[in-house]
Amino acid sequence: MARALINVPATAKKGEAVEIKVLIQHPMETGFRTGPDGKLVPRDIIQRFSCTYDGQEVFAAELHPAVAANPFFAFFTLATASGPLIFKWTDNAGKEESQSADIAVT
Amino acid sequence: MKRALVIAALGFSLAAGLAVAASDPRRSGFDFMSRETQAMQKDDFSNPGMLWVQDGADLFKARTGTSGKACADCHAEPSMKGVAARYPAFNAKTSRPIDLQGRINQCRLDRQGAPELPLEGHDLLALTAYVAQQSRGLPVSPATDPRLEPFRRQGEALYKKKLGQLNFSCADCHDANAGRRLAGAPIPEAHPTGYPLYRLEWQALGSLQKRMRGCMSGVRAEPYGYGAPEFVAIELYLMSRASGMPMETPGVRP
Repeated sequence: MARALINVPATAKKGEAVEIKVLIQHPMETGFRTGPDGKLVPRDIIQRFSCTYDGQEVFAAELHPAVAANPFFAFFTLATASGPLIFKWTDNAGKEESQSADIAVT
Repeated sequence: MKRALVIAALGFSLAAGLAVAASDPRRSGFDFMSRETQAMQKDDFSNPGMLWVQDGADLFKARTGTSGKACADCHAEPSMKGVAARYPAFNAKTSRPIDLQGRINQCRLDRQGAPELPLEGHDLLALTAYVAQQSRGLPVSPATDPRLEPFRRQGEALYKKKLGQLNFSCADCHDANAGRRLAGAPIPEAHPTGYPLYRLEWQALGSLQKRMRGCMSGVRAEPYGYGAPEFVAIELYLMSRASGMPMETPGVRP
């Protein structure tokens, strides 16, 4: 499983803006570089990243070959209900990874 | 103005938990970085080196080799605290200094019955980062074994030896011109306090030897191979030069 560092506050007050930080381990290989054998290294990038919370997509991003390895996302969302934030990312081969983190809203 | 700057810088380094005595003129590469990159290193959720540290934590607990033992079966976690701060150490078996990566590989070979991990490979860097991260904040305290002294002197000689088509020694930049700029990038003082560290240019974690190989090809010298005794000698000298400075592993550098 892909490793990701996910920072979601454990608790928040209802209506509060909370900062979410996600760092995903990924080579983000552009597909333009050559390997030691002189052949192109196949492209391997995350194409889409999204965060779903309380039944709604609260953040999404499209990534391109120029994005550096181990992409880092930081964004804010309003704490509305206790429950999981589900992070999903899909690579250019269509492989989907998912991780979640819980937040308790009081 | 100058005093205000010094006070601001001091306040910042205290806040970072990287307090060096105010009278200490030495500065870590951390102090030469932009605020943004410093913030990246200080926050464990934005420091990409932590990805390797976590991989290393898993590897540390993974049973491997013919012994079926994991690193953690012998080394309880607190026992690794401070270890990285005193490496390279003297290896009685070979009568030479050995660095942390070399020691991990030796332990795998002799005690775990597992093959050595490739130098500069992901797994060895991850294990090294995991062990070294436990020394974060502790002062660099080089091994005091007197048998290391000739190797430390060899390291110092290599540090001052002119190399390559450009005929530069390490000292020509990192002692004589530290704090000035080379093609827009600040020249740090070459204190190896954050290794293995995440370099934005590499987009990956790398060892001090990788950094030195980069410098050597920069002066158009032929770099020593990974694990070369020359590198271990230079590491030994650099660690004694940085004695007392706080460890930062995993560092982030531009």
